[in-house]
Amino acid sequence: MTVTQTTFRDAIFDGAQERPLGLSDAIGQPAGRRFDVYRNNVAVSLSEALATGFPTIAKLLGEENFNAIAGIFLRQFPPTSPMMMHYGADFPTFLESFEPLAHLGYLGDVARLELGLRRSYHAADSTGVAPETLAEIPQDKLVDITANFAPAVSVQRSSWPIHAIWAFNMQDGPKPAAVAQDVLILRPEYDPLPHVLPPGAYECVTALMAGAKLGTAAEFGTEADEGFDLGATLGLLLTGNALTSFDVPS
Amino acid sequence: MFDAQHSPDHLPNRPGVGYKPQHYTSLIENPGTVGWLEIHAENYMGDGGRPIAQLRQLSERFPISVHGVGLSIGGEGALDADHLARLKHLVDWLNPTVFSEHLAWSTHEGAFLNDLLPLPYTQDTLNRVADHIDLLQETLGRQMMLENPSSYLAFDESTWSEPDFLREVSNRTGCGLLLDVNNVFVSATNLNYDPKQYIADYPLEKVGEIHLGGHDEDEDDHGKPLLIDSHGAPVVDPVWALLDHTLSLSGPRPILIEWDTDVPEWTVLHAEALRADKALSKVMS
Amino acid sequence: MAHSAKTISVLGAISAALALQAAPAEAAKKEKCFGISLAGKNDCAAGPGTSCAGTSTVDYQGDAWTLVDEGTCLNLDLPDMADGTPRTPSLEALTRDLPA
Repeated sequence: MTVTQTTFRDAIFDGAQERPLGLSDAIGQPAGRRFDVYRNNVAVSLSEALATGFPTIAKLLGEENFNAIAGIFLRQFPPTSPMMMHYGADFPTFLESFEPLAHLGYLGDVARLELGLRRSYHAADSTGVAPETLAEIPQDKLVDITANFAPAVSVQRSSWPIHAIWAFNMQDGPKPAAVAQDVLILRPEYDPLPHVLPPGAYECVTALMAGAKLGTAAEFGTEADEGFDLGATLGLLLTGNALTSFDVPS
Repeated sequence: MFDAQHSPDHLPNRPGVGYKPQHYTSLIENPGTVGWLEIHAENYMGDGGRPIAQLRQLSERFPISVHGVGLSIGGEGALDADHLARLKHLVDWLNPTVFSEHLAWSTHEGAFLNDLLPLPYTQDTLNRVADHIDLLQETLGRQMMLENPSSYLAFDESTWSEPDFLREVSNRTGCGLLLDVNNVFVSATNLNYDPKQYIADYPLEKVGEIHLGGHDEDEDDHGKPLLIDSHGAPVVDPVWALLDHTLSLSGPRPILIEWDTDVPEWTVLHAEALRADKALSKVMS
Repeated sequence: MAHSAKTISVLGAISAALALQAAPAEAAKKEKCFGISLAGKNDCAAGPGTSCAGTSTVDYQGDAWTLVDEGTCLNLDLPDMADGTPRTPSLEALTRDLPA
């Protein structure tokens, strides 16, 4: 009899299902646990990919919990392409909707941060603009310049202390306080790193990324928080090679 | 059938290793006996970053073999056009010495299972695999090599032996073959046949590369040995012996050491490459 | 030339930003790899052993399945805000991450 790939796949993902008929050992006996090699390979390789892709989540939950949850996720959301470097895009929303995890409300945003770091790691290369470029722009044009961002840069707003949770688990940081944190991911060369954004900076950087003029973006920052410090934010972006060029109006 | 006059270069008849980022510095500073590197295509399909930068550097120093692990050549459905395009992009900019893939499937109805899944050796499978290889070679504009899998079970519906099946695919498509000697040993143990007979039946004249790797040992429901192709251990002595036997029939070939899980220190991996070098020197004098 | 207040504040910010660049960004030159290079890699190895993960189907129905007590989440005390008030950013936590 023919064993279709639909039958094979279904039996791989559902360990409770009968193994497909038509698969045998050397002397024609049913394959039995020989088939389980494939079940195991698929489940182990996908949950290992998730554990290496979401190391903070893996530490937060612990190995046993993580493997159980990964086992459920990988069956509901197997990879949709052979690019394992991108696997797990659905993991944050899955964690948020998974009832036994409802009391750990921060997991989804922490997983988003880890996805962001991974995307940044594989993003296209770019060269940061030389900071002196800013000094060469005519002063009366500075408020009207716009900035182009490196593909490896992203921002994330959260009502949880996601940077502190990440640092607590990955860098032996202090125990997180219950505060909201906005995060900027920078990749100065090849290693992405998350940074906490001070008040107003998220609004300013988001506006700049959307193509707003520097003066307008600065106003977004100040509107969000009176103490917004444009100098510190620009300094962070320049140090992290986040900006690739400025467009100066003629 | 692929036009053989556009056949690719050959890898040197020396040991190579599967490249792991943790060995980057060792390889740049002192590669020892290692004469070429193999990379898994899918790990270098990002837009940029360190993986691509390292690969550029390495490709200036070593001949590179690109080994695809996700194209699902044996899949019932059509080849994934997006993935084929990504592969073409990689092969175009890198211009590796050779490209190879597996006689297996891994994608079905849009889901990628991240494992090399087995195929029944039937006329239907043969037609499908040959069509997919034709399209692949046409798209890449170069010959590919197809690798024999590790088997843990047999399909009752199979009508071809594996060596005959691979020979026929090669005859129809003009593709070369990659012989994984550890896979032969694993499959022969699991399915109770003579590995030397398999080698005798294999079209060795089409083999452009040999793979070696470690395996795990387990048992089936009846207490019979069940070997698993884990790539996480040293190559065992019987596999080295089977390599010697193969080389005595085929003559020297490029030999790759694959170590993908529990990746060891560079010196441990290099020791395996030295052993492959020894096996080669026996048939080169 | 007379500048508007907006221009003057942007000018000041740019001087401050440029001053920050004077300090060499040593941290950026160091190799920091949090396992990202290994994340989600493709390879052609099989998993270890035949048992466990593949066949143990997780018996999850509604809230029948519960977490075992492990992991660093046990050390965090970050309750949901019942009234839905957004958390406010803490100022002291912020300066820490700015480049020196």
